[in-house]
Amino acid sequence: MADIAVAPVPVVKEKEYWWSKKERKLVTEPIEINNPITVQILGVCSALAVTTMVKPALIMAISVTLVTGFSNLVISLMRKGIPKQIRMIVQLVVIAALVTVVEQFLKAYSYPVWKQLSVFIGLIITNCIVMGRLEAFAMANKPWRSFLDGIGNGIGYGAILVALAIVREFFGRGSIGGLKIIGSTPEFALNTSELSWLGWYQPNGLMALPASALFLVGIIIWIHRSMNPKLVDVS
Amino acid sequence: MNNRYIIIYTLVISLITAIVLAFVVNGLQPRHAANEAVFKKREILSAIKDQLGQDLNKLKDPEVLSLFEAQVQQVVLDAKGNPVEGLKAEDINIAAEEKKPAAERKYPLFIFKGEKGSIYLMSVRGNGLWDKIWGFVALADDFNTVVGTSFGHAAETPGLGAEIKDNPNFSKQFQGKQIYEGSEFVSVAVVKGGVKRKAHEVDGISGATITSVGVNDMLKKGIKAYLPYFESQKKK
Repeated sequence: MADIAVAPVPVVKEKEYWWSKKERKLVTEPIEINNPITVQILGVCSALAVTTMVKPALIMAISVTLVTGFSNLVISLMRKGIPKQIRMIVQLVVIAALVTVVEQFLKAYSYPVWKQLSVFIGLIITNCIVMGRLEAFAMANKPWRSFLDGIGNGIGYGAILVALAIVREFFGRGSIGGLKIIGSTPEFALNTSELSWLGWYQPNGLMALPASALFLVGIIIWIHRSMNPKLVDVS
Repeated sequence: MNNRYIIIYTLVISLITAIVLAFVVNGLQPRHAANEAVFKKREILSAIKDQLGQDLNKLKDPEVLSLFEAQVQQVVLDAKGNPVEGLKAEDINIAAEEKKPAAERKYPLFIFKGEKGSIYLMSVRGNGLWDKIWGFVALADDFNTVVGTSFGHAAETPGLGAEIKDNPNFSKQFQGKQIYEGSEFVSVAVVKGGVKRKAHEVDGISGATITSVGVNDMLKKGIKAYLPYFESQKKK
């Protein structure tokens, strides 16, 4: 009985969590309800350009995720020292340095992909998602949370990229991630020149061109909004 | 925050990024060079991919290097078609050679020693619509029949001019074409609106006239530079 009487009143102290509900939300929100491409309409340029095949789209997604994550982290660490007048330039220097590092590593360890992505790696520097998150989030938040925000936005961007690439590669080239599924040569699993019931099949040439990604992004936005009424008329 | 703080901040940030980047770039340089060398060799071998006897895309990088080492003889020719001693064809920078006066130019020649005799691979370079285009032309040892080609480009339009590289059917058309009509050099022409002289012409790409004309001119000019050497080989 006495035990209960001496139990101290617990001191209510705001504890900093590494992985609470709030942090989880930072990562999951940009993947779904606040997606950079379909809701914020950022980074559409590269979403049209690098999504003809799954592999480069995946590499691009990983590169952008690394760059948004670490530039958010670095800028957040520096945020109190950055002079207000030159903060944009400082952000740009950090982004450009990180992108150059990513590009150099790609060139060294994944040369064919580097060749394919060519100019678009360099263009991550001007990808609005990166700078947008720095200005909107990292300049005002602590490093760990900024890092999560960057990773979340990168994954949200990457998820759309890979989804577009799967559709475009399948309908445009008859393969997914280099795995040949349907086409008119013997390398494909379904050879349309031999299977008479598939003789009508033709790959859709439009899917190989950037314009098709615009249609697909439009369709994704349409479905996304009709499923989430609160997104309508937000942007 | 005064101006002095801003200036010092700028300098320190620039210095730190410069040092980091310098280390990264320098550290990875050897790997970049090795990758580039393999890539170039793949490009050359892709002109004769049907004669290799194995799937080029499935070969790993070291295998490409050893195949190249074992079966490809590298010759450098001067403007008169005489072999130059002590030089390797892969070290010739054809972009730099173009800027020299015609009499001083050197031309790389790769000779593939296959089961069915030698194949002579010429390096050609010309202008597309937006930027440079280049390619490799493989000639059988009759010095007349083309056995394969591969093309590359710096900035042609995807779906149009870029088809010279992306569409395997374009380079396939060149197989079996002849660069001589009788004893006259005619090259292989890229033509619009239907092939008339079957042995010497291929179809251009519709919608990419300037790139097609570029390929046509590149082949004519490029192959011509190697003719003196082939003439001297024929006499042997």
